[in-house]
Amino acid sequence: MATITVKINGEEHEVEQGMTVLQACEQAGVEIPRFCYHERLSVAGNCRMCLVEVKPGPPKPAASCALPVAPNQEIFTDTPMVHKARNGVMEFLLINHPLDCPICDQGGECDLQDQAMAYGRGGSRYHENKRAVKDKYMGPLINTIMTRCIHCTRCVRFSAEVAGVEEIGLLNRGENAEISTLEKALDSEMSANVIDLCPVGALTSKPYAFEARPWELKKTESVDVMDAVGSNIRVDTRGNEVLRVLPRLNEDVNEEWISDKTRYACDGLRRQRLDRPYVRGEDGKLKPATWPEAMTAIAGAVKGMKRDAMAAIVGDQADAESVYSLKKLMASLGVANLDCRQDGAKLDATTRAGYIFNTTIAGIDEADALLIVGSNIRWEAPIINARIRKRWMGGQLKVASIGPQVKTTFDVDYLGAGPETLSDVASGKHPFAKILKDAEKPMIIVGMGAINRPDGAAVLATAKKLADDFGMVKDGWNGFNVLHTAASRVGALDLGFVPGEGGKSVPEIVDGAASGAVKFVYLLGADEVDLTGGKAFVVYQGHHGDRGAHAADVILPGAAYTEKNATFVNTEGRVQLARRAAFPPGEAKDDWAILRALSETLGKALPWIDFDGLRKAMREEYPHLARIDDAEAAEWGDFGTAGEMNAAPFKSPIDNFYMTDPISRASETMAECTQTFVLDRQSEGTGTNG
Amino acid sequence: MPDWSPLKDEDRIFKNLYGYHPWNLEAAKKRGAWNGTKDLVALGREKIVEIVKASGLRGRGGAGFPTGLKWSFMPQATPEKPSYLVVNADESEPGTCKDREIMRNDPHTFIEGCLLASVAMGAHNCYIYIRGEYRLEYKVMEGAIAEAYAAGLVGKNACGTGYDFDIAIHHGAGAYICGEETALLESLEGKKGQPRLKPPFPAMAGLYGCPTTVNNVESIAVTGEILRRGAEWFQGFGRENNSGTKLFCISGHVNKSCNVEEAMSIPLKELLERHCGGVRGGWDNLKAVIPGGSSVPLLPKDICDDVLMDFDALKEQKSGLGTAAVIVMDKSTDVIKAIARLSYFYKHESCGQCTPCREGTGWMWRVMDRLVRGEAEIEEIDSLIEVTKQIEGHTICALGDAAAWPIQGLVRHFRDEIEDRIKNRTRVAMSGAAAAE
Repeated sequence: MATITVKINGEEHEVEQGMTVLQACEQAGVEIPRFCYHERLSVAGNCRMCLVEVKPGPPKPAASCALPVAPNQEIFTDTPMVHKARNGVMEFLLINHPLDCPICDQGGECDLQDQAMAYGRGGSRYHENKRAVKDKYMGPLINTIMTRCIHCTRCVRFSAEVAGVEEIGLLNRGENAEISTLEKALDSEMSANVIDLCPVGALTSKPYAFEARPWELKKTESVDVMDAVGSNIRVDTRGNEVLRVLPRLNEDVNEEWISDKTRYACDGLRRQRLDRPYVRGEDGKLKPATWPEAMTAIAGAVKGMKRDAMAAIVGDQADAESVYSLKKLMASLGVANLDCRQDGAKLDATTRAGYIFNTTIAGIDEADALLIVGSNIRWEAPIINARIRKRWMGGQLKVASIGPQVKTTFDVDYLGAGPETLSDVASGKHPFAKILKDAEKPMIIVGMGAINRPDGAAVLATAKKLADDFGMVKDGWNGFNVLHTAASRVGALDLGFVPGEGGKSVPEIVDGAASGAVKFVYLLGADEVDLTGGKAFVVYQGHHGDRGAHAADVILPGAAYTEKNATFVNTEGRVQLARRAAFPPGEAKDDWAILRALSETLGKALPWIDFDGLRKAMREEYPHLARIDDAEAAEWGDFGTAGEMNAAPFKSPIDNFYMTDPISRASETMAECTQTFVLDRQSEGTGTNG
Repeated sequence: MPDWSPLKDEDRIFKNLYGYHPWNLEAAKKRGAWNGTKDLVALGREKIVEIVKASGLRGRGGAGFPTGLKWSFMPQATPEKPSYLVVNADESEPGTCKDREIMRNDPHTFIEGCLLASVAMGAHNCYIYIRGEYRLEYKVMEGAIAEAYAAGLVGKNACGTGYDFDIAIHHGAGAYICGEETALLESLEGKKGQPRLKPPFPAMAGLYGCPTTVNNVESIAVTGEILRRGAEWFQGFGRENNSGTKLFCISGHVNKSCNVEEAMSIPLKELLERHCGGVRGGWDNLKAVIPGGSSVPLLPKDICDDVLMDFDALKEQKSGLGTAAVIVMDKSTDVIKAIARLSYFYKHESCGQCTPCREGTGWMWRVMDRLVRGEAEIEEIDSLIEVTKQIEGHTICALGDAAAWPIQGLVRHFRDEIEDRIKNRTRVAMSGAAAAE
């Protein structure tokens, strides 16, 4: 891009052509106050706070957010005209804004408060009554105090542009203008981002209402585990309690959005927690126990057990360090029945390119054709869905889908439901094949719904062949993508937590436990497998009293994702660090420490004595896990097994976005969302709600 | 007195302004409409723009931007980005009713102008956005356009020129702001009528993102006659840079309110006395005149005595010609109340998009409302003026300015009256209090 020279407050600056005056000033380090302008939304230019003086130009201030820079332009941000303009706009914004900062949740992190301090006048000249606006209903997540609204329309633009649901609008006109959803809950998995966007306290967080003041909170930068995107988050705690989760900027992953589950499942961290060990007694009931008792019980069960009667399953939110510890421990016991694919996905751990999202999330910004296979992306990864929508909005992306027919936020050419259609496209018979063929950067996204079935390996092979045939993998571009739903999955596959020589996979372990062939199962946070009623001795290590714990003979209370330092690898293969924001409750311990202690009890002490030692050992063996925030490109190779595909339609693995894991299942907020957005909608759909 | 003489009948462009004759095509042709249009179209784009530029025609919608120059901004149309002519017939400025009469009684003059103006900007499509309240005018326009289509004057190969030209009417829903050109385009696209940010100007990205020119009905309707009779003829009326004939709408305290086509730069007094039977109760009973529709500052009698009705003369008096809607107020008028009513209008019509106008118009109206009753402090007059300055020039569109100017005009010329009212009220209140004791 060509650069041009402009003068900002008398100083010359080189800026890119096509920038706005506001962006140019920002680049030059000159602060421009604003309310309506937001980098990721269209320009509205309605708050008028960013007015600057520009020469040449009319003798009145210009809105810098909407004005493109021009060669030899002179920009002034510090003249009497600009001061007067800002002062005036600030006064107008405040005349009808309630003076309720002391009881406002936005207090302390409010753009209006901050800018009023910097640009406002000391007192009020407004002697009339202030306007009062009726509060609106926007669903279980968004609290509205509409009298505070300054009509910046960020929320309107977010819902229309990013979330892709045109459900918020500005009603009426003039001073009667009101933001409204017509009393409907904002039906988007990303809806609560409007709370962050709202520059004032008009839209605040309902579950977090009146919980805390921002200055009371400890802020910890971490990553999310509610899906496999690995959204970057900030965890805010007071004392040992996680009060809220906010997005953190990462252009390559979540930009600055997070899904509602990422944001609000955190109240599930306070409920259903395992805070002490339990051992199942003779009467078949779980009884509280001490750590040594629990460890001894496990040692007793393991003693003399044949190694092929033992198995270990890794759950969806396990961190790489624990998985690595468990793998080493099981290896020392000679156990080969290991698996991390609770859903039975036929993923192959030998070829990394065959199980990651090779294009990367940011890579979607370059794609021009996309085939979705067996996935409801909007529920499986709302952030990636938003990225696809962003590209689609630009007009350069054509999308087609095979699998579940779902409500999307972009136009999708729906091709069919199952493998037959996939074969048609792969063999070039289908009209969409031409679009893929002609595309410069085509991509395919294979969801878990396509490969978590008995013929998954054949589907995977077909998808791979399709990627090869349509030139999706070439120099500088890999359009083959697997979309995971489990945060632990790629990390565990990287660590090779899959059946060893002659080892059993998850369905075989579950069957074995039922039949008695498998006598000991170790669950590391695995809650999506059902072992109740089986004959095996089950150890459950995890943080919630969920499905896994119900079947357990011994429960070892572990730490949730906000309570440990840990490594997670997202669906792109990006290695990211979670950091401890709070401590595990009660007697619960770090997961790595539990496994280290257990190894000692079993007489197979793992060769490290602290977390750093563990991490060092892991990184030595798997060097890519040391390259934090990096999504390394994987070598293209062979994967999948060609074979017959079953004609059954692909089904998304998620049937309720709001409850997919032990934490969200324990969350009250998620339960409310389930009621509002899933159950109520279903009954509306059948017309049985009267 | 400058060289001004009353407009002769043969120089009137709108020969059926009062509806004494039928509006239909046959009658319109007898009056001269559609006469030699084929040859005018054949002049071609450059030539038409040149003539209109030379005629000195300035936009009749209020801002007075040179029409020919505006047309010359239109880029060459491409198949992907066609050009559009959009005619602003959302005549909502209080006091203004000139476009109404054109559409009601002389629609063919107007439609012919649409064709010629479209040729001048390379547009093959024209939309007329008619004010929601104009039901009758909508019907007439509909009929006239049907006639024009049937006669081959518009449509494919319009007037046999080989130029394809389509014209359609759109009925607004009754919002003043939709008369702002970009809000009009939004509304025409089916969106909420809120003004767009400028730049980009409509000539670059207008209707559906394509090059568009938005003109007032009167500006378009006079085009045919200018082309037929020549730029010099049109320029012969009025002072330099203010040429042409103009429709004036005179309402209020005159003996006979009327619409009249007159030469530009007519002295205001002459206009009122010649065409309206003078001010009610005589010229000396005049208190103030709003010379160009509700948006422009009013003028007190001493200025009205000799001011000329054209763009530059009124600008010199810190007012404006606007739409040339002359609102006359005699001495029986509570001028504060009159302006307060306008403030209410602007508060009611603000679209609510940008801060200064949304918040400021309500504030101004509330203060004005108290000033009417004298329930204010003297200092509040100054802070009111400051508020108007905080709005003026700080908004997306000109509605903010339009709301501020009448108040500025009022304070400029009638501050004494406002102060007197405040003082009187205070005195009454105090004497009342004393009596109570």
